Amino acid sequence: MRYIRGMGRVMKYSAFSIFKQGLSGNKGWRPAWREPEPKKHYDVIIVGGGGHGLATAYYLAKNHGITNVAVLEKGYLGSGNVGRNTTIVRANYLLEGNEPFYSHSLKLWEGLEQELNFNAMMSQRGVINLYHSDGQRDAFARRGNAMRLAGEDAELLGREQVRELVPFLDFDNPRFPVHGGLMQRRGGTARHDGVAWGYARGADSRGVDLIQNCEVTGIRREGGRVVGVETSRGFIGCNRLGLAAAGNSGRVAEMAGMRLPVESQVLQAFVSEGIKPFIDQVVTFGAALFYMSQSDKGGLVFGGSLDLYNSYAQRGNLATVESVMEAACAMVPSVSRVKVLRAWGGVMDMSMDGSPIIDRTPVDDLYLNCGWCYGGFKATPASGWCFAHLLATGETHELAKAFRLDRFSRGYQIDETGHGAQANLH
Amino acid sequence: MASLITCPHCGVRPKEEFTIRGDAGPVRPAPEAKFAAWDAYVHLRDNVRGVMKEHWQHSGGCRRWLVVERDTFNHAVHSVVDAAEFAQASAAKPGRKAAPAKPAKAASKGRGKA
Ligand SMILES: Cc1cc2nc3c(=O)[nH]c(=O)nc-3n(C[C@H](O)[C@H](O)[C@H](O)COP(=O)(O)OP(=O)(O)OC[C@H]3O[C@@H](n4cnc5c(N)ncnc54)[C@H](O)[C@@H]3O)c2cc1C
Ligand SMILES: [Zn+2]
Repeated sequence: MRYIRGMGRVMKYSAFSIFKQGLSGNKGWRPAWREPEPKKHYDVIIVGGGGHGLATAYYLAKNHGITNVAVLEKGYLGSGNVGRNTTIVRANYLLEGNEPFYSHSLKLWEGLEQELNFNAMMSQRGVINLYHSDGQRDAFARRGNAMRLAGEDAELLGREQVRELVPFLDFDNPRFPVHGGLMQRRGGTARHDGVAWGYARGADSRGVDLIQNCEVTGIRREGGRVVGVETSRGFIGCNRLGLAAAGNSGRVAEMAGMRLPVESQVLQAFVSEGIKPFIDQVVTFGAALFYMSQSDKGGLVFGGSLDLYNSYAQRGNLATVESVMEAACAMVPSVSRVKVLRAWGGVMDMSMDGSPIIDRTPVDDLYLNCGWCYGGFKATPASGWCFAHLLATGETHELAKAFRLDRFSRGYQIDETGHGAQANLH
Repeated sequence: MASLITCPHCGVRPKEEFTIRGDAGPVRPAPEAKFAAWDAYVHLRDNVRGVMKEHWQHSGGCRRWLVVERDTFNHAVHSVVDAAEFAQASAAKPGRKAAPAKPAKAASKGRGKA
């Protein structure tokens, strides 16, 4: 058996290991992580075993050598949004506070599978945002330029260039003719569960305790400092506490007496029956909130806008289903005959400006990571990277310096869409 | 969510006729109120998990603004009243004006359990 340097007694996955295990009846595989009992006390506790919590734990151990860490997850690892999203990875933001952060994230994505020795099925198939008017083209040209200034790749495609790549779009739709698109070739998709599992395995092998079925129900404070958390498995002490509870951020922050600039709203996603290779990129519609890609199994993966009301239900309403299907047929008329297999919902932490928060809080030793809206999957590596830095050093990471909690009261919102303080419009 | 909503003016109507604006909890502070009160009103939310009061508009009907009491965990709709009546009723309650940034009554009362 081969082990990975720096990762303790963890089995190295490779083509050879699959072959070898196959020959011995696949009886030699071992669990990818332990199931430890919680200790009495940790240096750092992270609430939430989604992508961000797990990545944070991994980088705490790897970048900062802090391994006396627990991730507390109320369900099973990856049961939240990290396992519910539509897996799009991109770095095509306009604003200065955002783009360098997402650019770093994309670079981490590019080396992630080798680093974690885990197949996250990272596929840089390109992301195309369609435009349908002169005004939209100008806005995309500006965004593309901003991306390039931040060192990212961006290409403004004309109508015929898009047609070559995605011939089946409704180019001559009388209301929303396709004029072209903004392409980021390095963007694409990654298998969402694979990312969670890869980080989980990497963190566990470095000594992090991943504790599932452990709901945090209270935050214990003494003299203004956090000393630990009440959980469904008893009290667990810590020096520092990091919250990475995504859609439930408001609920856990409330345990420390905080109200957040966040509303929890439901976002739905859909997958169709498997069809032959059809759509090679991720394509987003510019005339409505809608996007589509194709999974390796052949299913079309697509989604649209929020249901537009507060919800913790992890399921949405039929009116939104209908409008998403309408957008699908408007962008790609031929999909009208494809059958939808499954639909589901996730609870999004919609912030008041559409951008995330990675910061200290007014409570000593309590740190906050939230406000990812519906774009937090692509942020997973950089979010973990920056949140680990904050938890380890107490200082904000350079790349996350705009993601401050007090930016709302100071008037430094990072509002990509320019919608103002209406959480569900971002 | 319930597919039928009882508008106090129009009676039982399909949910799709209504537009949901959001939390009816935050109360607009007086123009000269402290900055912190305005910040809280514009940005901070209770983000209730459980029974919450919301502003809805019957945009496909009488176009009146309504206050709908709805559970954000199981989507059940409990009550619908006209927003003007709701505002009058809440203004009549003592203590309402003094603490504009505080959570609405319904919000703290109905917090979900599960
Ligand atoms: C339908 C849909 C499509 C999306 N598409 C994309 C996309 O294409 N690209 C993209 O970049 N992003 C996308 N997103 C957004 C992205 O999935 C999220 O922003 C991101 O996953 C949030 O971070 P996370 O992985 O840490 O969250 P989660 O996986 O939700 O992790 C939070 C965890 O905290 C746990 N938790 C909560 N409260 C407690 C408690 N009290 N105690 C213990 N544990 C607790 C939860 O159980 C959960 O597992 C999408 C989201 C949805 C729902
Ligand atoms: Zn009416």
